[in-house]
Amino acid sequence: MIDAMSSLLIVSGLAFYLAGSIGLLRLPDLYSRLHALTKADNLGLGLLTAGLALHAQDLLIALKLVLIWLAVLAASAASAHLIAQHARHRETPS
Amino acid sequence: MNTTALLVLDVLLVFSLLSLAAAALATRDASRSVILFMAFGLVLAVAWARLLAPDVALAEAAIGAGLSGALLLAAVREQPRRALSGDAKPVHERERTSIDVTLQLTVTLLCVAVAALLAWALAEAFDRGPQDTLAQAVSETLAASGVSNPVTAILLNFRAYDTLLELAVLLTAVLGILALGPARPGYQAAGPVFDSLVRWLVPVLILTAGYLLWVGAHAPGGAFQAGATLAAAAVVLRLAGHRTAGLPPGRTLHVVMAAGVGMFLVVGLSLLVLGRPFLGYPPAWAGGLILLIESAAMLAIAATLVLAFLGGRPQPAAGLSGEKRQC
Repeated sequence: MIDAMSSLLIVSGLAFYLAGSIGLLRLPDLYSRLHALTKADNLGLGLLTAGLALHAQDLLIALKLVLIWLAVLAASAASAHLIAQHARHRETPS
Repeated sequence: MNTTALLVLDVLLVFSLLSLAAAALATRDASRSVILFMAFGLVLAVAWARLLAPDVALAEAAIGAGLSGALLLAAVREQPRRALSGDAKPVHERERTSIDVTLQLTVTLLCVAVAALLAWALAEAFDRGPQDTLAQAVSETLAASGVSNPVTAILLNFRAYDTLLELAVLLTAVLGILALGPARPGYQAAGPVFDSLVRWLVPVLILTAGYLLWVGAHAPGGAFQAGATLAAAAVVLRLAGHRTAGLPPGRTLHVVMAAGVGMFLVVGLSLLVLGRPFLGYPPAWAGGLILLIESAAMLAIAATLVLAFLGGRPQPAAGLSGEKRQC
């Protein structure tokens, strides 16, 4: 039961990564690429860590996995913002 | 996991390592090349983890990919614009002189020679078999080392001389960096989003460094990984506009820089006075002494890496302009 649930979570996480990677390669400009990438980071990694946490031997490991997810969430949100801001400044020099 | 899946993973790892390395070398745009190099470092860290060397993987991810990447990006940023685009032609397009060709040949031959030497050493190690490897010797005497992580036991106890000299090399390097003169003024103050990230990320990084230092006694971790994490916190501070990157001012900074070598020497010489060999810890005290040395080494390593990123003596803000709040 746990195996099936964890596999389902991991596979759906991977689907987000696949979509994000395709978006990164195929989308026309920087902003829409960022949009595709952050979805993969946030939801993909979230589902992946949820799937892995089900297999964790104890609560501490599961908590560490959640902590990693939260750290990546914050870092990817902030860095996507910084990249977009930088690109915007370049477009409109003020 | 079954062996076929692992084989596929290994082949993928090797393939991505080789292609990332080739791409990093072939790219003409310097910052793109650095970013490819950082990606290479991350995949290399996964490869180390796959080789069951988590200590090296941690160090590679923190120092090889993270801090070296930040250092190289800062160097690219400082390069005069003209050299990158415009007047000066890139190396690839310049007319090749005979010196260029000779240099290229010499470097290629040297690389081939080193690779052959490494291949020979590896083949030799496989021939010897497992009976007289270092791992066996370490695991036999691990109980007396004061720690249960064999890597820490080697670095801080069995081969403490090597680590002491490594720290001395770092100290020499950092003296050279200080001799370069004042550091660049730094980056503009962070906007609200980045600032709020920095506000909680820096404390978490400092906490993680302390955790890595402590956990080094019985699991992958230790002074180098902890120092790199601490340095990462300072790099984040610097990028957010803090000119001194959280380094202590003046004399305190000099003490921190020399702390690793200093603590090693204090411990080693004290043991000599007590009638033991230099750095020959008594087993009962070994754990505590190693933690003491590692704590000092972590601070020294972090200070060294941060000063390398600054590229000179830190310049506190003069007067009102510059620094905002100290974290």
